[in-house]
Amino acid sequence: MTTDPKQMSCAEFQAQLPDFIGSGVDPNEHPHLKDCELCRALLADLETIAEAARQLFPGVEPPDEVWEHIESAIKSGDKVSGGESGSVAAPR
Amino acid sequence: MADSSSPMQTTSRTHEFGSNNSAPIAPSDRPGNRSSIGPAAAVDPELLARAQAGDHHAFAQLYSLHKRRIYSLCLRMVGNVAEAEDLTQEAFLQLHRKIATFRGDSAFSTWLHRLAINVVLMQLRKKGLSLISLDEAMEPSADDSPSRSFGAPDLSLAGAIDRLVLERAVAELPAGYRLIFILHDVEGFEHNEIAGMLDCSIGNSKSQLHKARLKLRDALRAQSPEGARS
Repeated sequence: MTTDPKQMSCAEFQAQLPDFIGSGVDPNEHPHLKDCELCRALLADLETIAEAARQLFPGVEPPDEVWEHIESAIKSGDKVSGGESGSVAAPR
Repeated sequence: MADSSSPMQTTSRTHEFGSNNSAPIAPSDRPGNRSSIGPAAAVDPELLARAQAGDHHAFAQLYSLHKRRIYSLCLRMVGNVAEAEDLTQEAFLQLHRKIATFRGDSAFSTWLHRLAINVVLMQLRKKGLSLISLDEAMEPSADDSPSRSFGAPDLSLAGAIDRLVLERAVAELPAGYRLIFILHDVEGFEHNEIAGMLDCSIGNSKSQLHKARLKLRDALRAQSPEGARS
C-alpha cells in the first residue's frame, strides 16, 4: 500500500475515510484531494449527508396512549406483587 | 456480558405509587437541539436514583425525557406506527423492570438505547426479516453493500437534502446500516458508545457507518438526478 498521502490511490484514500470523518482530522486537507475531484465530491456528499441527518432529530413523539399502556401494565404488575396502585398524569 | 447494567439481565422488583402521584408531571421533553437530551447529557442522578427506588413520578419523568428518541428509533427500525408504539411500550416496561440494575457504567441514555435496540432486534427476528442477529446486521450481504466510488459518474448531491427525501432513503437502508446511521448521525452517539450498545468494535461501527452513508449517497443520487451537478 502506498504510504505517501500524495501518491495515495482513490481506493486507499476512501478506505481511510471512515477514520477521518468525525475524528477531528479535517479530511479536506488531505493531499489526495488536491488532485482528485472524484474523492472531493464523495467527501462533500458524505459530509452533506451527515449534516442533513441532524434534521431527523429528535423525530416523532409517541401518542399519549403509549404512556397510558405503560402505566397500566406497571400497575397491573403492582397488583400482582401487592404494591399500591395509583395514577400519574401522562407526562408531556 | 457480566456487567449488571446489561439490558439483557432481568430483575423483578416492586413498584411504589406514592400518595401524591396524581400530580401532573412537568413538561420536560422540549429539546431545542440534540445537546439538550443528547447522549452526553447526563440524567439527573437524583431523578435516576428515585426511579431506581421505585418512585413512579421519577420514572414518568425519565419516560418524558427519553420517549421521543426511543419511539423514533423504534419507528425508523420497523417502519410501522403500531409496532413502534408496542416496541416503545415494551422497551420502557423492560426499563421499569431492570432500572435497579443500572450501575452507571455507561450513560443512562446509552444503556436505555441498548435495551431498546434489543427489543427492536427481537421483533425483527420474530418477523423473520433477514436481520437474524446483530452480527448479521453488522455484516450485510454483498447485495446490500454500497457501490464503490472510484470510476463512478462524477455526480454529487446538491448542497441541501430534503428531510423527507432523506427519511425515505434511511428507511430503505438495510437494517444494520440503518441502525448505525440513526445512532451516530441522527442521535449523536459516539462510536465507542455504539460499540458498547451493539457489542462490536469501534472500527466496525465506523466502517458500517461509512457504508451506510455511501449507501444513502447512492439512494439519494438515484432519487434526485435533477439535484446532481456535473
